[in-house]
Amino acid sequence: MFQACADPKAIEGLTWAACYLTSGKHLDFYSSFLTVLLLLAVTAPAALALGFGGATAARSHVTPIRIFGKIYISMVRGVPDIIYFLFFVIALDQGIEYLKHLAVCPPGSPSPWQGLEFRVCAEAKVPLSSSAAGWHEAYGFSLAAVTFAIVFGAFAANVLFGAMQAVPRPQLETGEAYGMSRGQVFWRILVPQMWTYALPGLSNLWLILIKATPLLFLLGVEDIVYYARELGGSKTRVYEYPHGDWRLYYFLGLLVFYLAMTRLSEIVLDRLSTRLSYGQATAAGEAMRRAGS
Amino acid sequence: MNKLILTSALALCAGMAFAESHGVVRLGTEGAYPPYNFINDAGEVAGFEREFGDELCKRAELTCEWVTNEWDSIIPNLQSGNYDVIIAGMSITEEREEVIDFSMGYLPPATSAYLAMSADVDVATGTVSAQTATIQAGYIAESGATLVEYATPEETVAAVKNGEADAVFADKDFLAPIAAESNGELVLLAAEVALGGGVGLGFRDSDDDLRAKFDAAIQSMKCDGTLDAMIVREEYFGAAALVWGDAGKTGC
Repeated sequence: MFQACADPKAIEGLTWAACYLTSGKHLDFYSSFLTVLLLLAVTAPAALALGFGGATAARSHVTPIRIFGKIYISMVRGVPDIIYFLFFVIALDQGIEYLKHLAVCPPGSPSPWQGLEFRVCAEAKVPLSSSAAGWHEAYGFSLAAVTFAIVFGAFAANVLFGAMQAVPRPQLETGEAYGMSRGQVFWRILVPQMWTYALPGLSNLWLILIKATPLLFLLGVEDIVYYARELGGSKTRVYEYPHGDWRLYYFLGLLVFYLAMTRLSEIVLDRLSTRLSYGQATAAGEAMRRAGS
Repeated sequence: MNKLILTSALALCAGMAFAESHGVVRLGTEGAYPPYNFINDAGEVAGFEREFGDELCKRAELTCEWVTNEWDSIIPNLQSGNYDVIIAGMSITEEREEVIDFSMGYLPPATSAYLAMSADVDVATGTVSAQTATIQAGYIAESGATLVEYATPEETVAAVKNGEADAVFADKDFLAPIAAESNGELVLLAAEVALGGGVGLGFRDSDDDLRAKFDAAIQSMKCDGTLDAMIVREEYFGAAALVWGDAGKTGC
């Protein structure tokens, strides 16, 4: 990257370290932290939305919707994450390509499932084999993000379902007594009050989600764990920067990163919890009222 | 935003035009097995197979792109179409022939060797580490020694260093530089074994056209001697490496 780094084997000490830490592969490593943060930024709202939908569906008065909601929650919660991750990414990928196969392949093309192979015509590949590497990475990342959102959405749905049940029934009855419609009671009375009950469960999920991001590596996305292992492994002289087995130090770096993320989340969640309890008919809300008066 | 949509639409159209002529061939490799293939410090695929693969694509007039994939799932992901060719130092074996097709060999049958902390390790009864789903792992499993498997080549060597295994069994070309640079800590054992039917490119069973193109390119590299010259280069396998020689020139 820098002029001084042109011949890494001739340099030593600090210059060597500076050159080593700015090699192309290290820059990829640093940007993979952004991949993880992006995954969190995409997955958390998506999972919350799915969870909200799932919880609402599970409480629905319409039987088929209620059954659908309940099945979604219990099915995803009942299957080990890793199995689900491995299964769903392949199924999603093949499903998308199968639909595109039906749409764009010439009529009469054979079924894509041929023995051990899954083979669609060249036009139906997603992304096309000629697409730039960036598209392939983006596609892999999207599959991973969707899978994360569905899995964590089911857990969030269960938390929100419980939170909705926890809102005192008289509150809703009061709304009904004032002549509010079912929708009005839901949006104006139930939803604003349920968050304070949901927050402990949701904050748990958020921390689990942070810790689950290394599963990206399992899904073929080159995340921080992939790079830590790859960069830390001992390097012989075929590499520009030979060194011994440094995996311990790289993993130590990841440890610090994850602990920092957790600490930061705790601070934010604490503040959120205080804010949400304000004026609520809960023990925490009551304590705040007394302290204030 | 509009610009983005426009350029991606253009890219898509261009992509379709290419796809029809089967323009881009995706080459799948492991990227963790120097000198065969590894990810260099610039973050790119490098090693013997990088140079060899690029040369093949040039001769077959194909546009190629490199993809890395874990060794464990390298065959299933070929079959599900994530890439079109496996070029990862994969030895031609009967078991693999049942699920994929191989090109002709581009490296002669490789010599496998043991690497251990001392020269007097008994590999016939001891614990030996090898990478999962390699011919070396298959050999150890049948040899009577206790096999411990790891997902990456790096971990098989680390297992010897931290005492989980008495020796690691892998391609000699992979182990030799590690032994040479360990300051005497690790030594290659005298016992060597020739395994497999040479190293070849892996293709889906249904991809005969593509395989024929690569076979022709490999043959032409054997005929004009460029393949042998590439194998013995110092940064790859060195002057002592097995080469094709005149045996590779039959049918030129």
